[in-house]
Amino acid sequence: MSETVLQAQGLVKRFGGITATDHVNLSLQRGARHALIGPNGAGKTTLINLLTGVLAPTEGRIALLGRDISDLPAHARVARGLVRTFQINQLFASMSPLQTLAMVVSQQRGLGGRWWQRLGQDAAVMARCEALLALFRLTEVMHQNTAALPYGKRRLLEMAIALACEPKVLLLDEPVAGVPAGEREELLHTVANLPADVSVLLIEHDMDLVFEFARRITVLVNGAVLTEGTPEQIARDPQVKAVYLGHGEELRA
Amino acid sequence: MSTPVSPSDWRAAGRWRWPEGLLWLLAFALPALWPGHALIVNEIAIVALFAVSLDLVLGYTGIVTLGHAAFLGFGAYCAALFAKHIHPDPVLGLAVGVVAATLLGALCSLTILRGSDLTRLMVTLGVALLLLELANKLDGLTGGSDGLQGVVMGPVLGRFEFDLYGQTAAWYSLSVLLLLFALARRWVHSPWGATLMAVRDNPLRAAAIGISVPQRLAAVYTLAAGVAGAAGALLAQTTGFASLDVFALERSADAVLMLVIGGVGWLYGGVLGAVVFKLLHDLISAWTPQYWTFWMGLFLVVLMLVGRERLSPARWWRARGEGA
Repeated sequence: MSETVLQAQGLVKRFGGITATDHVNLSLQRGARHALIGPNGAGKTTLINLLTGVLAPTEGRIALLGRDISDLPAHARVARGLVRTFQINQLFASMSPLQTLAMVVSQQRGLGGRWWQRLGQDAAVMARCEALLALFRLTEVMHQNTAALPYGKRRLLEMAIALACEPKVLLLDEPVAGVPAGEREELLHTVANLPADVSVLLIEHDMDLVFEFARRITVLVNGAVLTEGTPEQIARDPQVKAVYLGHGEELRA
Repeated sequence: MSTPVSPSDWRAAGRWRWPEGLLWLLAFALPALWPGHALIVNEIAIVALFAVSLDLVLGYTGIVTLGHAAFLGFGAYCAALFAKHIHPDPVLGLAVGVVAATLLGALCSLTILRGSDLTRLMVTLGVALLLLELANKLDGLTGGSDGLQGVVMGPVLGRFEFDLYGQTAAWYSLSVLLLLFALARRWVHSPWGATLMAVRDNPLRAAAIGISVPQRLAAVYTLAAGVAGAAGALLAQTTGFASLDVFALERSADAVLMLVIGGVGWLYGGVLGAVVFKLLHDLISAWTPQYWTFWMGLFLVVLMLVGRERLSPARWWRARGEGA
């Protein structure tokens, strides 16, 4: 029944003498709601960078939907459905949210090479943009300059861009980091309402969000997988408690 | 639930409006109204085309270059050699210059795919210097430091002879400028053009939404080289001459200055910059021939410190949604 969509085997990344990722095995099932947790410096973002092709692994293989993607550049992995968001917003400062999404949706639909059409001329592309703007509550700011948007809106746009890529596997790198309390709910709501067939790997420090969202949790410590299990198993795991010593009260049983 | 996207908005940015039509009409009328200044109209049209080409690379895609004259010069020499040895037809020669510069651009694009801005600055500068020295050394073919002389052009389209006042030259160059400007405008307002701006704004994210950054860099560099080649061909054809200075650093640097004056990432910025730059050059050097660079330098320092936004009409123009 469950089909593995993303599989990493024996991933190792060394920067000089430092091993940032240490023989990590990770697999995501279709429709997974998987969280990756671990203390600061555990190598969570490095792992995302390896999976998405921003960094090349020292060792190990990565398969997406049964095909080896280890040697594909980042943009080719996106075309196959592996999409990420960034911990620090990576937006297109000179464009408005609408232009940004029109560009991303066009690119996703294979129209990114069209030089003879006007951006926004394609009705299907614009319909998708309108739906995304509404979903992420960006409709009222769609013509504003991205650089001038409030932080919460920029964070929403960060996620809207990723969804515009129509991901099969979505890697969310601390999606609510730095979002003010009032705007957090919007984001949590959209994270919770992601399409059921999209597999999601969530990196998050906020344990409330992790335990609310995840059906499986992997704990990363010093670049290696400490343990993996259901939220109940993780919450009870004495090793995990030891790692999070001092934050223990955040782990609800 | 969703609000429909209003039609009178950003998508209209790429449409032609009547004030633009008037501007172009005025440009085309100038050589007739003011025949004594047709030569400078021709010159401005050519450098404007060169600046527009640079804007595609620098303004829209963010590729920093100080060697764009490589393509201007290559187009100029190829068109001049073609006219001298093969066929005097200007349009045919123009096509040869464009194709040659495009091919050179495709080859050189391999050198700008990697590295930082500083790397690109040096590599592009190096390529232009290399071509300059090649043109100097191959004097049997290029005339070396004397330049390639004795280029005699046939009539444009077999009908319009080049005249002494430069009227035909001005109209010819303006027509090519308008044609390629319209094409460039199509490019920058297309989905493809938007992906170029995505690469400029944030190459990391551009790759993360599936854009092949090296492929975009190579494509725009190649196309812009072709446009620069057209400017070079026009230069050689309308002056009947190609000299080593077409490859010079000053050529590349002047085009960067024009873009800075007129505004980068805005196609009219190149045209506006070319007009202001050339007119300032002419006015100041008529008034004080030896010290014109002093005043030009002062103008630039003031422009950069006060801010172009506050001095030029580009901001006002853009704020009204009439950006090109």
